[in-house]
Amino acid sequence: MQKNSLTGWLLASPLSLVLLVFLVAPIAMIVVVSFWGATEWSIYPAFQFDNYAFLLTSEVTYRVFVNTFKYAAITWACTLLIGFTVAYYLAFHIRSLTWQIALFLLCTIPFLTSNIIRMISWIPFLGRNGIANSTLMSMGVIDEPVEWLLFSDFSVILAFVHLYTLFMVVPIFNTMMRIDKSLIEAAADAGATGWQTLWHVVVPLTKPGIMIGTIFVVALVMGDFITVRFMSGSQSANVGRMIQNDIGLLQYPSASATAVILLITVLLLIGTMLRFVDIRKEL
Amino acid sequence: MSQKLDLEFINLTKRYGATVAVDAISYHFATGTYACLLGPSGCGKSSTLRMIAGHETVSEGAVTLGGRDISHLPPAKRGTAMMFQNYALFPHLSVLDNVAFSLKMQGVETEKRHKRAGEMLELVDMSALSNRLPAQLSGGQQQRAALARALITKPDVLLLDEPLSALDPFLRIRMRAELKKLQRELGITFIHVTHGQDEALALADEIVVMNNAKIEQAGQTRSVFDAPKTAFVARFLGSHNVVKMPEGMVAIRSDALTLDTGESAKLPGTITNIEYQGTHVAVTAMVPGDQEVTALLSDHEFFDSPKEIGEAIGLGWEARAAQALAQ
Repeated sequence: MQKNSLTGWLLASPLSLVLLVFLVAPIAMIVVVSFWGATEWSIYPAFQFDNYAFLLTSEVTYRVFVNTFKYAAITWACTLLIGFTVAYYLAFHIRSLTWQIALFLLCTIPFLTSNIIRMISWIPFLGRNGIANSTLMSMGVIDEPVEWLLFSDFSVILAFVHLYTLFMVVPIFNTMMRIDKSLIEAAADAGATGWQTLWHVVVPLTKPGIMIGTIFVVALVMGDFITVRFMSGSQSANVGRMIQNDIGLLQYPSASATAVILLITVLLLIGTMLRFVDIRKEL
Repeated sequence: MSQKLDLEFINLTKRYGATVAVDAISYHFATGTYACLLGPSGCGKSSTLRMIAGHETVSEGAVTLGGRDISHLPPAKRGTAMMFQNYALFPHLSVLDNVAFSLKMQGVETEKRHKRAGEMLELVDMSALSNRLPAQLSGGQQQRAALARALITKPDVLLLDEPLSALDPFLRIRMRAELKKLQRELGITFIHVTHGQDEALALADEIVVMNNAKIEQAGQTRSVFDAPKTAFVARFLGSHNVVKMPEGMVAIRSDALTLDTGESAKLPGTITNIEYQGTHVAVTAMVPGDQEVTALLSDHEFFDSPKEIGEAIGLGWEARAAQALAQ
């Protein structure tokens, strides 16, 4: 008995150690630093709530958080719509496994290049004298360049959707592939139309995949700063940008406090979502 | 029972590219028949069933129900309902909601459809489990739920795709008795696909034996069993010996064979195996032409004059017990 429990501890220790060093310790560090104090030129260890007090009473914080939620919500809606459609097409309309795999790989190939490259390649396309504007003008659709294409919320969300749709496609496709095709036939047998089958059979059975994709997309968008910076031309802010600014000014305690609040927000968000859908079967 | 809801195949054909899965079969099922489509895997029986259900397109020919061509109608408009091999219950819905699903699709209000679903569940003796999810049911219970779901649409024909294959042998025998009872009560046509000849013999009024995309032989169960026309049918139905005689191939039922030593013996042989089966003893003998023949003797018959392995015997049968087979 004694020996057994020792073996158990030993078996669990490598993973525990990894998690302790690379997950728990950094977070603990951030939490500790978030209570420190700072002046214009120095940081000093302390246990004070000044950082939080400042953050939570500042109207800027709320605006930035609202903006972050807005990005997350719109990106989520777009990636879900596109991701679900693509996954549905791959899983139910492509008959042969070979084609399914080929098309699935095709979806992933753009993701072999860097995030930044894929993001920046939008700039010459969307710019004031970019391909989009010049094409529209030569076609006579517009008389003068459209200004909101680049360095706007539109371009930020476009880049987000472009970057993260695959994170929605993969888990949804994975879940859909496990749906027994005879269920679709059973629905047809019961007189369900295509849309009814989709809504009453496919969507409920795909929920765990949708939820996993949602967690990916929400977590990625909530924590992003570089996409917002490039695609908004530094004209919009989200929480990540706020933290990045603080770090640029060497205000680590304030940055840490913002990070802690962001972490709590995202955890609450995901915790709430998990209450509605059981994803354990998918893991 | 007498409504004209006969099911008929007219040159029914299914092709997948160059392969022919079902080759121009024609047959007529009277209303209220319990029919089994019987055959080895890949013989086209499942494709045939799926064409009746509308889950497979008809390449050529037609399926008619009550004189109406249903070949190109959507599944729910055909008057058929299908019970799938693995039952295909919706895993996210309770038994009650599974059964009520088709009514929900028609837009029947919750209270009314649950009441009707409850009645169906009572019919299959599943009322107590109506709030369970399919994953919480045993195989037999899942089958009853699937049966209730198929019957709630009041089909004229119920299609069953190997309904008993997922059950253990004990449950299989119990469920087949229940299927037969239900069919008698409802009086509708059941078309049951199976590869088990014992299942087909136990259930069916009529059997359709299929092989290589064609109907090998079809008719009243007993007349098919008593008079197989081809060696394939005789072998597939079992309990028959297919023997090559000077006058051609014949099928002789194992229980029609007797051990004779005298003049009446038609075939000499040497015993290669003796198997005691309780009420019967199966004696296998090697006869000229390197053919094995099994005689099923009652235990009295055998133990009144026991034989040993290796002993020379003569096999006899009444002339009318031998069925000449088509080449």
